[in-house]
Amino acid sequence: MKKSQIEEGIVKGFMLLSFSLVVCSLGFILVTVIVKGLPALNLDMLIQTPKGGYYLGKEGGILNAIVGSLYLAGGATLLALVFSLPIALFLKTYSRRKWWADYVRLSLDILWGIPSIVYGAFGFTLMLALGLRASLLGGIIVLALLELPIMTRGMDEVIRRMPIDMEEAAYALGATRFETAMHVVLRQMLPGIVTAILLAFGRGIGDAASVLFTAGYTDRIPNSLLRPVASLPLAVFFQLGTPFPEVQNRAYAAALVLTVIILVVSLGSRWLSARMGRYTIK
Amino acid sequence: MEPHIQVRDLNVYYEKIHALKDIDLEIPRHQITVIMGPSGCGKTTLLKSLNRFLELNESTRMSGNILIDGEDIYALGVDVTEVRKKAGLLAQHPFPLPMSIYDNVAYGLRIHGMCPNGRSVDAKVQHYLLEAGLWEEVKDRLHFPATGLSVGQQQRLCLARGLAIEPEILLGDEPTSALDPISAQHIENRLMDLKNEYTIILVTHILRQAKRLADYVVFMYLGKVIESGLPGEIFDNPQEERTLAYLEGQF
Amino acid sequence: MKARRVLQPIWFSSVLLPFLNRRVKDRFVGGAFFLITILPFAILLVVIVSLILRTQPILSAHSIGELLTGQKWYPLKGQFGFFPFIAGTFWVTFMALILAVPPCLLSAIYLSEYCRPRISAVAKPLLDLLAGIPSVVYGVWGMVAIVPLVQVFSSHVNKWLGFIPLFSKNNPTGYSILSGGIVLAVMITPFIIAVTCEVLRTVPDGTRLASLALGATKWQTIKYVVLPQTRSGIFAGVVFGASRALGETMAVLMVVGNVAKVPSSIFDPAYPLPALIANNYGEMMSIPLYDAALLGAALVLLIIVLFFNLISTIALRHIIGRSKI
Repeated sequence: MKKSQIEEGIVKGFMLLSFSLVVCSLGFILVTVIVKGLPALNLDMLIQTPKGGYYLGKEGGILNAIVGSLYLAGGATLLALVFSLPIALFLKTYSRRKWWADYVRLSLDILWGIPSIVYGAFGFTLMLALGLRASLLGGIIVLALLELPIMTRGMDEVIRRMPIDMEEAAYALGATRFETAMHVVLRQMLPGIVTAILLAFGRGIGDAASVLFTAGYTDRIPNSLLRPVASLPLAVFFQLGTPFPEVQNRAYAAALVLTVIILVVSLGSRWLSARMGRYTIK
Repeated sequence: MEPHIQVRDLNVYYEKIHALKDIDLEIPRHQITVIMGPSGCGKTTLLKSLNRFLELNESTRMSGNILIDGEDIYALGVDVTEVRKKAGLLAQHPFPLPMSIYDNVAYGLRIHGMCPNGRSVDAKVQHYLLEAGLWEEVKDRLHFPATGLSVGQQQRLCLARGLAIEPEILLGDEPTSALDPISAQHIENRLMDLKNEYTIILVTHILRQAKRLADYVVFMYLGKVIESGLPGEIFDNPQEERTLAYLEGQF
Repeated sequence: MKARRVLQPIWFSSVLLPFLNRRVKDRFVGGAFFLITILPFAILLVVIVSLILRTQPILSAHSIGELLTGQKWYPLKGQFGFFPFIAGTFWVTFMALILAVPPCLLSAIYLSEYCRPRISAVAKPLLDLLAGIPSVVYGVWGMVAIVPLVQVFSSHVNKWLGFIPLFSKNNPTGYSILSGGIVLAVMITPFIIAVTCEVLRTVPDGTRLASLALGATKWQTIKYVVLPQTRSGIFAGVVFGASRALGETMAVLMVVGNVAKVPSSIFDPAYPLPALIANNYGEMMSIPLYDAALLGAALVLLIIVLFFNLISTIALRHIIGRSKI
């Protein structure tokens, strides 16, 4: 064997090793969460709110956190969608000045890089300024800030990939830019847009640092936007902090529930985009 | 004279497309063999099978044998890098490596360990740049990036780079198609000079170029070799209807 | 004249009005959309300005240099030295990069240059999943699986290499920089791999083929042709990974020990800036200047992250034509 071939073999071995290390760490994480979480998980956990003495290990469940997280992430995703869709469509159909689109994208990339704890701290100052208390509304606003760049850039990346011919075909028929955006771009790029929305939802539901300041925590399911709300990541965090093993086990169960939600969202977005892709022109 | 390259019963499939069908071919030594035919006829695929480039594509399957000097280059245990060292390639577009002009030529020498001491590298770089007709133009800027050259110069650099590893065969995949007429003529003249030492196989769709350069002609159509022979026979007196049609410009 | 007057309304309503409507609508929507595109800039500006304003009280009590280099953090005595936290942030991030970069680069090279398309098609969703796992779940994994391992590992290392300060163990638990680094390393892996794959894709296939045609092996081609050309892009990808790691909060907070002291060994606990903010927000309003100090910590963190993020974003924009992966 030649030296170059031996070197090739060794390097390739290291590559395979590295790649399996990456895959194994994913497996390690999932297995850890399942092994720790599954024994502690039962139906009561999923359908009850905490009862008296829950944090000492007594009866109850984490329904407050599950519903709270869905409220928070759902609300934030809707709010972010209201702004991100126009931005993404504008960048594709309206923006004739390339430099402006570039700056918008750059600002979104920078926003995307801001740590969620900084969003949380900012949300806190915002709420002080507005006189808000920790509440569902506060959590939704801050999560929406966090999701906005993720969703917009996700949509932008897919919308940009639309062939210019298709857009021009619409213009050739006399469509305005708005009509082109709504009837052609939106429809053609729907699968990618849905994927971006679900991606942002997944990020929102999993984020703890930003809701720590702004959403508070409560054992009840909120009935108003101005009430505090529990969330799954914080349920994990707080319950792990207690000295009682029963409560810690519930933290593992909550982590499992959160992971399952993330998995469902991620698989769901793949399935949806594959299904909806049938109606678009390849 | 014994043929340099023998292709026996070669079949190549991309996925389900049957790209080459039952190719049997003998390519003479130290002559320019021109493979011609309309686009999509499998010329490039045939060329790629000669330096084992086909296997870079996952979905390719092949059967049959290719023998260089009587040895099967697809046999088990054959070192693919040795095959490629034996058959240099001049691609359609010049792709200079991202290094200096000097290093482009020295690259092959280094990876094959062909120059144990530094001084002979200098000499060889000069020799092959001369052989490719590029020396005069670049001798003052050998250590500048190769990307600064014009496309025509880059193609000659690629030729020098290919010659430096001392191949026996030169494969040209429409090497002049991306060049201006003057650079193209430069390359053609080089090839004419080189044919005494190398077996040259040239893929082209330019009929005039084929007529100018060919010592031996292969005409392909839809993955098959329709006709092969000396240029005099093929160009003036084709036996096959399809060859005639092609020569008359019907494809 | 009369005829024209009769005709005009018909002409106006049937031809011009719908036309105008569409045109007006188009203009109107265009204007509205344009206004919304200002939003990202506005958010960025408001975040920075509001944090600066909120930090003012502490800046008038202490100088910036004093705050950034101060080693003591006793909020009740009015001492606010950020240095241990800044040091902790960089220690953990650096640890994560050391652990993550070599396997990430090798994996990226494997995925983009070596493996069958089928494997890379499977790898992509797996990496997306890794990127999508919530921070607290990483934290749980770290606490349950990594911290005990590090505890055992550190005692063994201490036995043999304890004389080197970097490996000495002054901390009986596994809650340490190494634990934080391991968890962070896994968290930034998908980002670095994705960027590196994109960067490697910028090398044209023809260049690779040119090298292979000369009889180079695949690895020689990568080593001498592909990597030299993509060096700056890969570096930008690593900086990008660092910018993600610097701001990571919950996962690190849960495994890193949170002791406000400048660390000197990888087995020491650390207290990164995000953890400081997250752990103490509850008391923020009850101690004088504490809120300004914590929001100041957020500002310092933001500036550090923005620095790394801007460099990598702008560089990647040039190299791969886009920066969001």
